[in-house]
Amino acid sequence: MADEKNAPTKADDAAASVPSDLEGHVDAQGRYPLLSVQHLSKEFPVDSGVFASKMSKRVSAVDDISFDIFPGETFGLVGESGCGKSTTGRCIMRLTNPTGGKVFFNGENVADMKKKDLKSMRHDMQFIFQDPYASLNPRMTIGEIISEPLIIHGEMTDKKERLDFVRELLDEVGLNPEHINRYPHEFSGGQRQRVGIARAFALRPKLIICDEPVSALDVSIQAQVLNLLSGLQEQYGTAYLFIAHDLSVVQHISNRVAVMYLGNLMELSDWKTLYAQPYHPYTQSLLSAVPVPDPDVQRSRKRIILAGDPPSPIDPPTGCRFHTRCPIAKEICSKERPELKEVAPGHFCACHFAAPFPIKESSINL
Amino acid sequence: MDKNTDMPIYAVDEKSGAQGGPVNQGSPEPETTAAAKPTRTLWSDAWGRLRKNKLAMIGAIWIIFIVIVALTCDLWAPQWLGSPTQIDSSQMSELSKLPPSAEHPFGTDALGRDVLCRVIYGSRISLSVGILATAISTVIGLVMGALAAYYGGIWDTIIMRLADIFLAFPYTLFVIVLIAVLGQSITNVFIAIGLLGWPSIARVFRSAILSVKENDYVDAARAMGASDARIVIRHIFPNSVASIVVYATMNIGGAILTESALSYLGMGVTPPTPSWGIMIEDGQTYLATQPWLMLFPGLAIITTVLAFTLLGDGLRDALDVKMKDA
Repeated sequence: MADEKNAPTKADDAAASVPSDLEGHVDAQGRYPLLSVQHLSKEFPVDSGVFASKMSKRVSAVDDISFDIFPGETFGLVGESGCGKSTTGRCIMRLTNPTGGKVFFNGENVADMKKKDLKSMRHDMQFIFQDPYASLNPRMTIGEIISEPLIIHGEMTDKKERLDFVRELLDEVGLNPEHINRYPHEFSGGQRQRVGIARAFALRPKLIICDEPVSALDVSIQAQVLNLLSGLQEQYGTAYLFIAHDLSVVQHISNRVAVMYLGNLMELSDWKTLYAQPYHPYTQSLLSAVPVPDPDVQRSRKRIILAGDPPSPIDPPTGCRFHTRCPIAKEICSKERPELKEVAPGHFCACHFAAPFPIKESSINL
Repeated sequence: MDKNTDMPIYAVDEKSGAQGGPVNQGSPEPETTAAAKPTRTLWSDAWGRLRKNKLAMIGAIWIIFIVIVALTCDLWAPQWLGSPTQIDSSQMSELSKLPPSAEHPFGTDALGRDVLCRVIYGSRISLSVGILATAISTVIGLVMGALAAYYGGIWDTIIMRLADIFLAFPYTLFVIVLIAVLGQSITNVFIAIGLLGWPSIARVFRSAILSVKENDYVDAARAMGASDARIVIRHIFPNSVASIVVYATMNIGGAILTESALSYLGMGVTPPTPSWGIMIEDGQTYLATQPWLMLFPGLAIITTVLAFTLLGDGLRDALDVKMKDA
């Protein structure tokens, strides 16, 4: 059923009812974005909740980030732990409410949607979780788990039809359809993640937010799951927001990649450009940390080792949030926040001194 | 994409086997043997662990025994031991305060009634108060705990402070006051005990929900567009109910104790209805000379409460639940 509704038709739908906020957000083919995140911010208020008395400030997890995802593409979002990439995904899905900015999905602003509209939005947007153990209810069979979205959205009310469809889905994600009545604890991590994928695809959504879907899996299983995801994408034209901390995983699957640091977007580009010619010193240091399976290259290349830990998001640095660890930081970096500006066609970078790799030798920590 | 190439080897084997394709007979895969096993739910796993716990099983057997006795005693006890309430005034002096014998295994009381018979009938009061009062507290506690934990914020504050206030009251005195207001009857006894028992259940359930709520499958359900009611009923409740089962089991023992204390104080059931608390109260006068009058109802209370505690302990281990705020 998703085959008829593939990417181009979808884009036409969006174009028909395009709000003024999406003006100018078209891609090379003139398509409007499926998802447009505009100046999204999330601050966690610390004066409410269970641990209120222990903290007295606000945590700025995501601060003014913007990006577009076009129908059928995979958009990678990378960054180290705690940089706000998962929070970004959860804000888009409205699992947490953003504190600022707009999120347009299918031309509608998700950020201020009411409950009723959220439900229909969630028909077209699904989520795959990082932990395949925590994301499946241990008291439900996998058949119940996968058919739950269908039940919630009132699709396939006939039980037999629904179960047949679930068996088809199980087969599609590489699980034995006979196992429909088994419980999650009878499966391995990789198999459970396949169940999670089957559940996400049950409604044939237009966008799936994958929150580190393979980082909890063995390396040998990671590739299988990534192949499964890209195979399903080819078949159904689904767009992915692929959140990861592993650059090699993102490279494997993404069309475009955005690098996040401490709640800010640092660089955004298609992955080939980003990997071949990073402009931002943070991206450069990340890429220099990816091991190369060639000892000669590995030995001869220069590693940029960042000093210290990322600062706390409770009290983020002024100006560029990266300046405290940046090897090329100047005075301006601590005063002015650099805008995300286009440094080459389709390549955006938020740095006062954006320059293609390699950065100046003298500033590199060997 | 060729799906078969990226699947785990064992899944390929298993799948082709299931579909009658080219079956790899050579290697019995671990996954294939697992497929032959009957599906085991978490509850059946818990039952398997509980069965191995001797003390819990002794408790369970004792509880089942008492329940059967209480349910069926009308059929056999009066014929064997006489009426638990009626006094035969013509024979009262001969039958009064007889020591245990073959005819009266637990002896007789001051009015010539058989003590065993009264202990048996007393179990009806104790069990019904224990179970019904716990049922009332559990229902109220579940709703309160669920509201507090799921909605949090102001709901949490109001409900939990209310629970704190309830817990700060002197429990037995409060029950006595409540019965004095409602009027003295067995129904009011379990209503009073039930109404006052919810705060601790609410606290246990609240903490159980708070830990279950953190799981991704709750977010997954929300991401699917599930309603709050569906999330609570299908996802949160089944995963946090184990702690309630444990706590409620132990709570039954506590309610039985409270009922005994109330009856002892004359605030529970009215004579001549036999209750273990009333029998102890009646027997205390004769403690030095006819100790069986107090001993047997006392033993009945101790063994029954102990049985519920042992079963509750066993359930906790079997369901692997961490008790908080208990």
